[in-house]
Amino acid sequence: METIFGVPVVALYGQLVLGLINGSFYALLSLGLAVIFGLLRVINFAHGAQFMLGAFTAWLLLNHLGVGYWFALILTPLIVGLLGAVIERTMLRRLYAADPLYGLLFTFGLALVLEGIFRWYFGAAGKPYTPPSDLQGAANLGFMRLPKYRIWVIVASLIMCLSVWALIEKTRLGATLRAATENPTLVQAFGVNVPLLLTFTYALGVGLAAFAGVLAAPIQQVSPLMGSQIIIIVFAVVVVGGMGSIMGAIVTGYMLGLAEALTKVYYAEASNIVIFVIMAVVLLVKPAGLFGKDA
Amino acid sequence: MTISSPLEAPAATGVNPALKFGLLGLGLLGLIAAPWLGAYPVFLMKFLCFALFACAFNLLLGYTGLLSFGHAAFFGGAAYFTGHAAKEWGLTPELAILVGAAGAAALGLIIGFLAIRRQGIYFAMITLALSQMFYFICLRSPFTKGEDGLQGVPRGKLFGVIDLAPSLNMYYFVLAVFVLGLLIIWRFVNSPFGMILRAIRENEPRAVSLGYDVARYKLIAFVMSAALTGLAGGVKALVFQFATLTDVTWQMSGEVILMTLLGGIGTLIGPILGAGVVVTLQNYFATSQFPVTILTGAVFMICVLLFRRGIVGEFYASRLGARLGFDLRR
Amino acid sequence: MSSPVLELRNLQTWYGESHILHGVDLHVDRGETVTILGRNGMGKTTTLRSIVGVARKRTGEIRFKGEDLIRTPLHRVAHRGLGFVPEERGIFATLTVMENLLLPPKVAPGGMSLDEIFALFPNLHERRNSPGTKLSGGEQQMLAIARILRTGADTLLLDEPTEGLAPVIVQKIGEALGALRARGMTIVLVEQNFRFAARVSDRFYVMDHGRVALGFPASELAARMDDLHELLGV
Repeated sequence: METIFGVPVVALYGQLVLGLINGSFYALLSLGLAVIFGLLRVINFAHGAQFMLGAFTAWLLLNHLGVGYWFALILTPLIVGLLGAVIERTMLRRLYAADPLYGLLFTFGLALVLEGIFRWYFGAAGKPYTPPSDLQGAANLGFMRLPKYRIWVIVASLIMCLSVWALIEKTRLGATLRAATENPTLVQAFGVNVPLLLTFTYALGVGLAAFAGVLAAPIQQVSPLMGSQIIIIVFAVVVVGGMGSIMGAIVTGYMLGLAEALTKVYYAEASNIVIFVIMAVVLLVKPAGLFGKDA
Repeated sequence: MTISSPLEAPAATGVNPALKFGLLGLGLLGLIAAPWLGAYPVFLMKFLCFALFACAFNLLLGYTGLLSFGHAAFFGGAAYFTGHAAKEWGLTPELAILVGAAGAAALGLIIGFLAIRRQGIYFAMITLALSQMFYFICLRSPFTKGEDGLQGVPRGKLFGVIDLAPSLNMYYFVLAVFVLGLLIIWRFVNSPFGMILRAIRENEPRAVSLGYDVARYKLIAFVMSAALTGLAGGVKALVFQFATLTDVTWQMSGEVILMTLLGGIGTLIGPILGAGVVVTLQNYFATSQFPVTILTGAVFMICVLLFRRGIVGEFYASRLGARLGFDLRR
Repeated sequence: MSSPVLELRNLQTWYGESHILHGVDLHVDRGETVTILGRNGMGKTTTLRSIVGVARKRTGEIRFKGEDLIRTPLHRVAHRGLGFVPEERGIFATLTVMENLLLPPKVAPGGMSLDEIFALFPNLHERRNSPGTKLSGGEQQMLAIARILRTGADTLLLDEPTEGLAPVIVQKIGEALGALRARGMTIVLVEQNFRFAARVSDRFYVMDHGRVALGFPASELAARMDDLHELLGV
């Protein structure tokens, strides 16, 4: 059997695909964090909880309203994004004038509340979510067989990441967002409703987290704890990438997913901590992050 | 749009000293008498451990302006170190606690060295990530006994003489450590070193331009805070006679932030009060089905939205506080 | 005479704790070009920033087309027909020239089309895909003016448009202002460059220590030179 550094090629490919899947989630989530941070200067600690909320909303839609995966994939980000908009309008916006640390603390509290509520109602145990029938089974890629759903996750996250990148870098709305990131007061003096733009941006970031949550539902168990497990890793991803660049957040997400997978192959004990180790190394070598501009 | 203002941290140095020391003395007397007034020693000890933890944390947040989201690593880490020293090496409790504090200081040196390379929210995220890494190490390492934790840690004999197994003996030992810890913090905050830390918090660029090696001051404050946190964690391991993963989780880091925020960031007694409120709430809800995280999360949100100065800070800022001589602007 | 399109009555403005404007009174009629002169730090820029609402802490009255702007939310002010060209031009670094140009929303019909703008400032057309900050100072100033012309604003507030520019560029900007006056625009200009202002203005105000010290029409300019020497040190 063919091997690379003593590891069978097929096993290596399998791990790399898993890495790409994890990377897909890291990329989607750190992208959302970067979008929110860029304009609001708030680190959205509730991002993990909103990811969990996405998965749960899809699960609830399926089990209580009979709404299937494909509709849920569109509907869920809208529902959870709307909830985000309400939170921004009623509470978060009072913190913009304060030290950014308060935004972090507020969203941390929000994460605890969301997670607690779902644990209270649904218990800590995970709930299964069956992939849609069109994506069940495996596809033969020639070099390996792979569950169709996993291929879909990679494709969907790539499409979503690139769409958001294009929205911000290539459209007029995106230009307004970038301008407001630089100088919100002047943009507002030009007649742009910046407060509304802030609400939209938070909803967009939260919606992205929810989208990732729906994608994750059939792969992971739908559980109240799924958000807090991933958010800290995503923070490390964001420190590695630096939040100054949208593309930087996406690329770093996929890269670290792959790095984690490679570690699993060659030194499994360290796979849980490899991203944190990479973060430490980046801090030593390039403290501003690989794509970072601000300190 | 956002101005990077330092966290609102009042300091009450203008207060009438007789009043201040009178209040402190009264508080101490209350703590000495508490077990005889019907309070459970174990509850009191838990409270004192967390109060010291919060004060040590506040040393960093309140007086240096650094929000660490990873202090559980020092608290829980020290619990393991102390537990190991007492159980496996058979050290006396005071030495075991010192081992815990020293271990926490060493951890603080590593984490602090990396984290001070960034500021503000990045600092918070880095400390969180590194403490999570420490959590995974604890989860896997044979030294911590994984999910089971270190069980049956002996309280031992203080200086080889006083048996700490009886609750009252242990309680007065914990109280003594607590008072000692507070004295160290008080001394530290009011030293020239503490003044420089405050100058850094108020205006870091200016401190740099005045020629202070800001990174070094931050690191020393970080290690100091970690060591005192370790003191609290080590004592806790002896009180409960075990050390588990719970104390190294990020939730624990969040709890100590809540205690400090709720009581009053940058005040000397705020964190103690905050710890009291949170520990009481947890005790109250420990037996109910209601997850206490909903409550702590809600308190977090309310605190940040409505009273960022915390209970004590708001009191200092109030008219009554002003009349008693508490001056927010120093 | 018709009622003024813009009128300030006892305008006082603070930045934080510092009191900058101590009661500014002035008015601008429709179609006029009015220049506010004054030495540095006398409150000229703050007056413009107060009118637009970028400086928020204000008392008194800022009447624009009958509405008191002090009560108007910042993002609505532009939609009343006010165009603002800030000090330092305010070109966005992460946006291309074209994106900068298209950024301010249209506030009224009758703005210049892109073709008209590019005819007025051909340089901008050549550089339309460059990042905003890769432009020269003169080009940035042209862009800052051009992006307001697109919006259909009928009243322009310009803060030191000639600052730091070469004479040939200043002349170009003067030509542009002339074209705008010919279109019937109302223009409020803050200027240090007295010679430039003298060429383009109908009326002058001179500010001193947060108040208007002097106001006179262009026809009295020669007679007022002594006062001006004293207030401006020119």
